[in-house]
Amino acid sequence: MTYEPVIGLEVHVQLKTKTKVFCGCSTEFGADPNTQVCPVCLGFPGALPVLNRLALEYAIKVGLALNCAVQGFTKFDRKHYYYPDLPKNFQISQYDLPISKDGFLDVEADGLNRAVKIRRVHLEEDAGKLIHETQDSLVDLNRTGQPLLEIVTEPDIFSPEEAYQYLTGLKSIIRYLQVSDCDMEKGSLRCDANISLRPQGCAELGVKSEIKNLNSFKAVRDALGYEIKRHNETLENKEKIIQETRLWDDKTGRTVSMRSKEEAKDYRYFPEPDLPPVVISKEKIAEIRASIPELPKDKKARFIKDYGLSEYDAAILVASKESADYAEERLKACPRNYKSIANWLIGPMVSTGASLSCEIYQINITPENFAELISLVEEKQVISNLTGKAVLEKMARTGKSASAIIKEDNLAQISDEESLDKEVDAVIQANPKVVAQVKAGKENSIMFLVGQVMKKTQGKANPKKVQEILKRRIV
Amino acid sequence: MELYSLTAHELLEQLRGKKISAEQLRSSVSQRIDDTDSKVKAYVRLSGSRQAQEQPKADSGALAGIPISLKDNLCTEGSSTECCSRILAGFKPPYDATVIRKLKEAGAIILETKTNMDEFAFGSSTENSCFGPTHNPWDLDRVPGGSSGGSAACVAADEAIMALGSDTGGSIRQPAAFCGVVGLKPTYGRVSRYGLIAFASSLDQIGPFTKDIRDSCLLMNVISGHDPMDATSVEREVPDYTQSLGKDIKGLKIGIPKEYFIEGLDPEVKNRVEEAIAKLKNLGAVIKDVSLPHTQYAVPVYYILGTAEASSNLARFDGLQYGFRAKSPKLIETYKKTRGEGFGQEAKRRILLGTFALSHGYYDAYYLKALKVRTLIKNDFDAVFKDCDCLVTPTAPTPAFKIGEKSQDPLQMYLSDIYTISANLAGVPAISVPCGFTRAGLPVGLQILAEPFGEETLFRLGHAYEQATDWHKMKPKL
Repeated sequence: MTYEPVIGLEVHVQLKTKTKVFCGCSTEFGADPNTQVCPVCLGFPGALPVLNRLALEYAIKVGLALNCAVQGFTKFDRKHYYYPDLPKNFQISQYDLPISKDGFLDVEADGLNRAVKIRRVHLEEDAGKLIHETQDSLVDLNRTGQPLLEIVTEPDIFSPEEAYQYLTGLKSIIRYLQVSDCDMEKGSLRCDANISLRPQGCAELGVKSEIKNLNSFKAVRDALGYEIKRHNETLENKEKIIQETRLWDDKTGRTVSMRSKEEAKDYRYFPEPDLPPVVISKEKIAEIRASIPELPKDKKARFIKDYGLSEYDAAILVASKESADYAEERLKACPRNYKSIANWLIGPMVSTGASLSCEIYQINITPENFAELISLVEEKQVISNLTGKAVLEKMARTGKSASAIIKEDNLAQISDEESLDKEVDAVIQANPKVVAQVKAGKENSIMFLVGQVMKKTQGKANPKKVQEILKRRIV
Repeated sequence: MELYSLTAHELLEQLRGKKISAEQLRSSVSQRIDDTDSKVKAYVRLSGSRQAQEQPKADSGALAGIPISLKDNLCTEGSSTECCSRILAGFKPPYDATVIRKLKEAGAIILETKTNMDEFAFGSSTENSCFGPTHNPWDLDRVPGGSSGGSAACVAADEAIMALGSDTGGSIRQPAAFCGVVGLKPTYGRVSRYGLIAFASSLDQIGPFTKDIRDSCLLMNVISGHDPMDATSVEREVPDYTQSLGKDIKGLKIGIPKEYFIEGLDPEVKNRVEEAIAKLKNLGAVIKDVSLPHTQYAVPVYYILGTAEASSNLARFDGLQYGFRAKSPKLIETYKKTRGEGFGQEAKRRILLGTFALSHGYYDAYYLKALKVRTLIKNDFDAVFKDCDCLVTPTAPTPAFKIGEKSQDPLQMYLSDIYTISANLAGVPAISVPCGFTRAGLPVGLQILAEPFGEETLFRLGHAYEQATDWHKMKPKL
């Protein structure tokens, strides 16, 4: 029998508000343990939560960007469980009335374009961190009370690749909204995956496993791939799948059982009595909708339309809002030559960024200077492509314009025949054998002679011109 | 007249006129505590310092120089706040409750020692305290009521000029009635709960115990108002409550809800309340019979919602960060032993009741149902207040009962809040004022209720009644 995997993802995204979701403590990453705490987030007796309005706005923004129905009436609930990273022994979360529900995200994977259904987006408080040492466990409550967005899909993902692309798209959108860094290493994006297999064409879901400890998108893809194989083998052997939570191990590339069938956990949800329900007006929602920037999908389409870029180029340029904005500023500064601008942004700029160890959009070259460089290389041919790349790097380091660098370093190409004649003559005389080969029809050998001229002019000769002159002289 | 026996407004006059000093007043109260608290036991941890660790300037502010006693569930920075529970042994909050901050700003002197209460405010007699019971100043064999029994008793015994308590289902009004003092539960949201160790968040309010109505106004003027730290506190201007005093009550429409005069109401209490109603009629009020048809459901609804919230609010007491910890090598055992040894019997009973009511499969039948009935109870009040300015009822069905009399029968104990619980469920303000004594010399309280933010009506009516009677001037012999 052929089985089809069905996957659902639960993503937690830390919102980057300056202060926590229910108190005024800082959310800065990396502070000394237990220094960003107060009676409220420590759950001290008598302390009360007050909702951070910005966190609410961010949550609404994400809901809208994920095509959800943002609810006009929402409330918070308490979710109870005992754990040392949760000082109140309940988490303020949302149960039956999440801020947003019923959305979707367009995902392109396995040659298919699908809208993956999103069940709900809700706001909650993060728990603290436990650091387990050999003897004791230490508790750091700096993270306790940071605003966390839970984004849950329907079981509507059908391959590990699709899960991977969903996460990539989700991250890209949330980063466009500038409400989270979505940095898995720093824990500002976390993902759990549910997966089950069912006979192809069957509507019912099979028994699922929940996978935790997924520390990268790649881990999500690999773990799902592993689970599909494991489920398949189990089913082929006519064995039963046990509903369980499994931990992914990056090193071994396998999952191991953590606990079997959730011991019927009862979180005893009930409405948080310390926080009045939140009413969100249509005007507020409209206002937040208006503040949403152009999202990657639309931006890509527009780049293709407005600048005549290829799918491929456009996709690379819109990967992050910063790089897209950076690219667009430069595209606009050079309206005659969009294709070249895109090539330079995707090629030389990337290597320049790498050598400066920064992102492209952090490279300090103004749109005007960038446009000038490209025009000097591509149109006026004042410098060669190769020199152009060197100039680009120098521009990035110094902030100077291309023309200033060309002048300072005397890099301008020599294109006039008078200046080149002398050098060409010298090379012809010094290489009679090669000249003979060229004459005999071995045309490729002429490149050797061109190279010699370039060497003599320290790379400044216009190679096309040199080749032209050589041909004329020899043939 | 000893200074300790005076009201705050009398003392403020003398302080402002420089007839007495704040220091004189403080030592008078302190002496009184020394002399009488061995009998009343209104205060806990009395052996230590009873002075505020930080003395504000006594010559400025609305309550400058007035000593104020606090229930043991109000957080004061750096001084013990234990809810009279073993599980909070040694807990010294790192912050002041908002009401404490306001009191300090008003120049009040905060007593370091706090007043006795039922553990976590679970009770109606102050017997459920890990420090032992408080005794009613009018009859030391009897309870002072609860849960704010210590605050009521210390004001009645002149061991305090005024005090703060908290009221979740009657915990200010019932002890005020038992001890013959004025006790107010403000409208839900009128006073910030920030720093009040929660019992049931949707029902709790902090309120004053005073010797008369004017003092209640003075204290409310200071503690009321919106607090950005409490999302349930209401943004609404605070009037000068003393402006409600001295007005007549001619034409004021008073509703008498028939559901409050039923079987179980002590005949003597009934008589005193009816006499008070007659008095109000003489003063020109219009008396009307009204009905609050869902009254009979108030007690069950309260014991579902209140315990549900309590089970959640008390989850944090796990021995990890503060208070008592029963050590065990295993985390789960630490939780179990800490809570098993740290909580008293009534606390455990309520945690279990509340946990049950919120459990999967029972939530709809208990919690959700109770929430719906709560709305019906609130609607009852909305309906009668369309027609009445206020309601008058007994505060409690009986006068103070004997220590030990009901402590083995939780259901009987729960019924002593039968007349006070509805105000918390509906969020309306209610006050208890002294309205006479039984033949045995026990005080009886008259409860006045008004619509939300109708405190001014309570004060107006209460003051008019007080002016026409002398009950509030009676002092127990100690």
